[in-house]
Amino acid sequence: MTKAEIIEQIYEKVGFSKKESSEIVELIFDTMKETLERGEKIKISGFGNFVVRQKRPRIGRNPQTGEEIEISARRVLTFRPSQVLKSALNGDREPSTPASR
Amino acid sequence: MNKSQLVEIVSEKTKVTKNKAEEVVNLIFDSMTQAMARGDRIEIRGLGSFAVKEYGSYVGRNPRTGQSINVKPKRLPFFKVGKELKDRVDGKPSSES
Repeated sequence: MTKAEIIEQIYEKVGFSKKESSEIVELIFDTMKETLERGEKIKISGFGNFVVRQKRPRIGRNPQTGEEIEISARRVLTFRPSQVLKSALNGDREPSTPASR
Repeated sequence: MNKSQLVEIVSEKTKVTKNKAEEVVNLIFDSMTQAMARGDRIEIRGLGSFAVKEYGSYVGRNPRTGQSINVKPKRLPFFKVGKELKDRVDGKPSSES
């Protein structure tokens, strides 16, 4: 699936023109990118969380030469899928939470 | 930022009502969920890609009791950040591509 197919879905189901559908989808992804760039996390309930994590410098090794090199401190983006998404991928009706009633 | 804050920003920046903006945001994540449920890979240029990994069943162990248990086959989603966003998050100037 690509962005074009997502835009097509919006066009078919929301009643926007192709241009409007494309603009709003781009705006949504751009807003998400700007938020993450600031280091802020994004929580989409039912889907998952995008979290920016600060990594400390560490010593790595070139696997070919065995040479040690310092891997610099950096910020990385991670995605943590929600229980709802994980359940959807496994064909469950209900998200299986250990503490469900 | 959560989903309703995202909806609010989108609504403010367009002439779209909050209800409509919410419908679009929900539709995006719903169709992405459905794509992954079909086992599809998703690629959003500039953001990254989502892939589904399949795991077979295996015998695991309860780390506390040492008891063996059968772990059923499962599918898990993985996100790989795109080059452009990876650099932006790390504060590097990105070469727009």
